[in-house]
Amino acid sequence: MNGLKRLLYGESRTRDVLLVLISVVILWEAAVAIFKPPVIFLPPPSAIWTEFASTPGIFIRHMGYTLGTTALAFFLSVVLGVILAVGIVQSKFLERTVYTLLVALNSVPKVALAPLFVIWLGVGMEPKIAVAIMLAIFPIVIDTVLGLRSVDPDMINLARAGRASRLQMLLKIQFPNALPSLFAGMKVAVSFALVGAIVGEFVAGGNGLGFLVLVAQGQFDTTRVFVSLVLLGLMGTVLFYAVDFAERLMLPWHVSQRGGGSPVEAGG
Amino acid sequence: MADTASSYVQIDGVGKVYPSPRGDVVALQDINLDIASGEFVSIVGPSGCGKSTLLKCLAGLEPISSGSAVVAGKHLAGPPDSLGMVFQRDVLLDWRTILDNVLLQAEFLRLRRSDLKGRAAQLLQRFGLGGYEERYPWELSGGMRQRASICRALLCDPELLLMDEPFGALDAMTRDDLNLELTRIWQGSAKTVLFITHSITEAVYLSDRVVMMSRGPGRIVDVIDIDLPRPRPLAIRESAEFGAYTQRIRHHFAELGILKE
Repeated sequence: MNGLKRLLYGESRTRDVLLVLISVVILWEAAVAIFKPPVIFLPPPSAIWTEFASTPGIFIRHMGYTLGTTALAFFLSVVLGVILAVGIVQSKFLERTVYTLLVALNSVPKVALAPLFVIWLGVGMEPKIAVAIMLAIFPIVIDTVLGLRSVDPDMINLARAGRASRLQMLLKIQFPNALPSLFAGMKVAVSFALVGAIVGEFVAGGNGLGFLVLVAQGQFDTTRVFVSLVLLGLMGTVLFYAVDFAERLMLPWHVSQRGGGSPVEAGG
Repeated sequence: MADTASSYVQIDGVGKVYPSPRGDVVALQDINLDIASGEFVSIVGPSGCGKSTLLKCLAGLEPISSGSAVVAGKHLAGPPDSLGMVFQRDVLLDWRTILDNVLLQAEFLRLRRSDLKGRAAQLLQRFGLGGYEERYPWELSGGMRQRASICRALLCDPELLLMDEPFGALDAMTRDDLNLELTRIWQGSAKTVLFITHSITEAVYLSDRVVMMSRGPGRIVDVIDIDLPRPRPLAIRESAEFGAYTQRIRHHFAELGILKE
């Protein structure tokens, strides 16, 4: 009873989100019941749920594949992206070459490169990871470079006057200073990695939610397409908030995390 | 003028020029200044007179363009060995606790933290920050943050303390408080201090000598010995002798057209 009361009257973000979601589902269900569009055009939410419940194992297996691809690609993007960013900030040569190249590469629609990766890497997980990294690494590098560079000049002076080595400067001043930017980049990158994984699955292979969408579409099984889409949406949201949660744990000192009313606490 | 032999800092004809496409900018011209070991010297002057540039040169952060600068018997090439610096803004690292901020210098010099932890805590205690060791900078007021940054500068017991308008951003009462604490620390320590300020009163109150600088190009226009007894209570600022010093400096700046009455 108390929980219901809090859900209805409390200052809660979760409540607002749930309210909107439930309203959308009810409206959707009602609209389908009233206007009766063909199932191939728009199935009702209840049919989407029934479809999922009939073979949950298949959906969960494919979701696991996509999740694995995304997570691995995201992890590699962060590691490679940070290494590249440090290199770019430390070396004028790398800045002129790698950075310029990255910017040029980013203006190419990378989705169009996916077939190329299939030719190079086959139809396994590798081309999917490659496409996902291509998409996800860019925001990481750009934001980390920005964070490493935007150190208060007096902070640099302090470290230099204290005879800090270049490595100490990087590890004790520049890198912690860049963490908030890195996390901003990671939040964008995690969604991009998911997009990359799906694009990879569209192009080739027999696994993952992207593959499932493609097959269901080929069979005009719109309900199955919707199940996959809902699962993708869920996955994207969970991944985003996982990064958000990690940020809260690691940056309690940052301006954006201070004060009492953080969404996570309020959502409790 | 201090005897050259016992001088901790010797600045001889130092100039600093910033090359720029629209002609070189002369930030410092023919600066001559000796600071004795254990002396407290302040620099006052208008914005753009090069006082911060001079400080950065002495800290080894900027190369000098001409002349020679000797600190602790060594020609300047990079930061001097035993140096503490305080800036106008506290530049505490947001991600470190107050204690870890104070210990930063120890880490740079690869000293054992455990050896200096006691000293850091002692310094914080002395500056009224006992009990705040594990707090983060953003939990503290501006005055407390600046106190912590002074503790950080003092951690390794430096012979030379360079302070660039450290109290410029603080309110008047906190400023008085820190003036007192700084002189107390300095008197028991034999440290050489070069202190930059906009405030003539602060310069006279703190210093053995006040260096007056002017701009365009940055140069020294006068050096005034402050012959007031120590320890100096805050009330000394209302005395006639004190007033005579501040008046003299103000008058001189007015003559140069820098201060208009």
